[in-house]
Amino acid sequence: MNFSEVANTGLFFNLAPLLVFLPLIGMLINMIFGGKMSEKAIGTVASLASGSAFVVALLLAYSLSAVHGQAYTVPFAEWIHIGELQLDWTFRVDTLSAVMMLVVSGVGTLIHIYAIGYMHEDVRFKDDLRRFRRFFVFLNLFIAMMMILVSGDSYLMLFVGWEGVGLCSFLLIGFWYDFDTLGQKSTANAEAGKKAFIANRIGDFGFLLAIFTTFWHFGSLQFDEVFAQAGHQPATVITAITLFMLIGVTGKSAQVPLYVWLPDAMAGPTPVSALIHAATMVTAGVYLVVRSAPLYSAVPGAQYIVAMIGAVTALFAATIAVGQYDIKKVLAYSTISQLGFMVAAVGMGAYVAGIFHLATHAFFKALLFLSAGSIILGMERGHHHLAHGHDEEVFDPGDMRNMGNLRKQMPVTFWLYMAGTLALAGIFPFAGFWSKDEILLDAKLHAEHFPGVYALLSIAAFLTAFYMGRQIWMVFFGKERTDVAKHAKESPPVMTVPLMVLAALAVLGGALNLPFEGFHNLGHWLGYTLGEVEGLALDLGVAGISTILALVAIGISWLIYGRNPLKEGQPDPLKKPLGFLFTGMENKWFVDEGYKAVIITPFEKLAKFLSITLDWNFWHDWFHNSVIFAGFQSFARFLSDPVDMGIINAIADGLASLTQRSSEGLRRIQNGFVRSYALSVLLGVVAILGYLLFK
Amino acid sequence: MVPVTYYVALSAVLFIIGAMGVLVRRNALIIFMSVELMLNAANLAFVAFASVNNILDGQIFVFFIIAVAAAEVAVGLALIVAIFRTKKSIDVDQINMLKG
Repeated sequence: MNFSEVANTGLFFNLAPLLVFLPLIGMLINMIFGGKMSEKAIGTVASLASGSAFVVALLLAYSLSAVHGQAYTVPFAEWIHIGELQLDWTFRVDTLSAVMMLVVSGVGTLIHIYAIGYMHEDVRFKDDLRRFRRFFVFLNLFIAMMMILVSGDSYLMLFVGWEGVGLCSFLLIGFWYDFDTLGQKSTANAEAGKKAFIANRIGDFGFLLAIFTTFWHFGSLQFDEVFAQAGHQPATVITAITLFMLIGVTGKSAQVPLYVWLPDAMAGPTPVSALIHAATMVTAGVYLVVRSAPLYSAVPGAQYIVAMIGAVTALFAATIAVGQYDIKKVLAYSTISQLGFMVAAVGMGAYVAGIFHLATHAFFKALLFLSAGSIILGMERGHHHLAHGHDEEVFDPGDMRNMGNLRKQMPVTFWLYMAGTLALAGIFPFAGFWSKDEILLDAKLHAEHFPGVYALLSIAAFLTAFYMGRQIWMVFFGKERTDVAKHAKESPPVMTVPLMVLAALAVLGGALNLPFEGFHNLGHWLGYTLGEVEGLALDLGVAGISTILALVAIGISWLIYGRNPLKEGQPDPLKKPLGFLFTGMENKWFVDEGYKAVIITPFEKLAKFLSITLDWNFWHDWFHNSVIFAGFQSFARFLSDPVDMGIINAIADGLASLTQRSSEGLRRIQNGFVRSYALSVLLGVVAILGYLLFK
Repeated sequence: MVPVTYYVALSAVLFIIGAMGVLVRRNALIIFMSVELMLNAANLAFVAFASVNNILDGQIFVFFIIAVAAAEVAVGLALIVAIFRTKKSIDVDQINMLKG
């Protein structure tokens, strides 16, 4: 039997559990033996674990194409069997999950390799091998959890992975829990991790409600069984489920109003930002909506809400990105914005466009983040070079105002960054052009059902090109604004080579789903799972408008930031003309402050009231001390004084004194006088004789 | 023939006098004599009933009693002499050393 025959029989599908267990094995090896291994060995083991999962994903995808996209389930373990409730761990291999598996393991592997170089140089690493090992243990755990998420056959397994990746996100955001991004002692990163975890918990709560509602009405959590009943259930039930699910999506995929955690998540090491907070984990919400397509398609009202949330997020985050100075923060808000594009797409029922953008975004955003990491490390190297060993001076290597003209010092990173930027801005023929265009086209075509979405997304696309242009001019052009920027150094090949692969994907990724007759590969591929969809042809109007918008935006950004480069210490040139608008963008529209005022502060006050007034003063001081304790004490005093001392002790004492007194009386009889004894004897005799006589 | 009732009555009177003497008097010698009186009251009752019922057992018993009484007098007088030697008194009220 040769390879393709094996693929035809579907035997490869039984390898699906390896997707989870190969990364886990890598994790265990590093956990157990990592202490005695070198940095390179640890990184290699972790990368191999992730890479082998990618090979398995490739085999699965190949087998799927061999059996014409027929979904395949692999029962792996019995989990919960209680009466009617049958929850098993089953792997589901279909065209949708295969796409996710490929993206996760493929991009994940490249980032693993990059991280070997990055973590070696991270300013806070300081040759702490245990930290180095822990980083890769977490990364492998993340890959395993993400695989559980995308390969699960039921909402429950999806939720297990969903929580698992949330945990890994928390662990990795707070990876440098004792240092901040500048290498100073601080708990800021731990706080950021906490914030991400809590924001995600709120979303997870909504998702849990959706799962409970699903089980209550459908009697199952298994995808096929749920979707088979989707047509027979009342619309209100499905609306409730889909909207609860949407809460989960806004948490995990960083949509309005729960997006606030994602910018703070940039506290994590840059490979983490790229892997978890750009390419894979945050797209889980999009995957969830696409996976639940039969439910969403049944309720247009909920679809419109999803689409609007996505579109509003896309625009809102894009405006904030314009006013940021930190290179990673710009990318973070850009990620939120792009996730908004995807959510808007899947909300409109354009599932193929959503997944298409998910894949291309994973390529170019991972590329941008990793390049940003390379820039930050390049700045660090320059800073280190200048400091000559004594680096007490605090310096922010991620602040774009400290950069300038870096294309001279870091040419490789510059070209890679350009590829990612053009893809993100949607310039022909880069990957982002095709996927974003498909979303915009869908928005235009469905404008009557989803009014407003097209306009919001178009403005967001315009701003995307603008803030990316701003970033390029500020980072790579003009004059060096600090000495550090003059001495920045290029990164080693272990970092740049994975970037080149990603750059190739960012350039060519559009080929996945070209809008021409005979292509639409991704559309056909996903059609096996989601139902055949008609491939959209390239609409020159939409494509032209978006391309012109992007070019105009880049042109404007050149006029503002490129023609007259920012000088050292000069405020942002947009600050004056835009006034309070720019202040808003700069300060993220004060959303964090608003949340603090509206939710967190009242919540803390309530907690303080509950803890101090209710729990301590009322419950502890008054109820416990006054009521229970004092009551018990007086009851005990009552029992001890009147009852115990008064009655029981008195009985005992009385018995004693009775004995004493009676014995004192009897004592008098024994007076030692023989004649009185004799009298007793006499009286006794008389009494007995009398009794005998008179009885 | 004097009826037996008279003898018994005399015996009872003698006994009561003897008992009262034992109980009331404090001189050990008097008490001793009172005890003798009580023994002889018993003897009288024995012989009276023995002659009425024509049974010799009573007469024989009296001999025993007289013999025991004689022995008792011998022991008792010796005790009294011994007590007098240590206590310089034969007042029974002063001989209460047995009292706890």
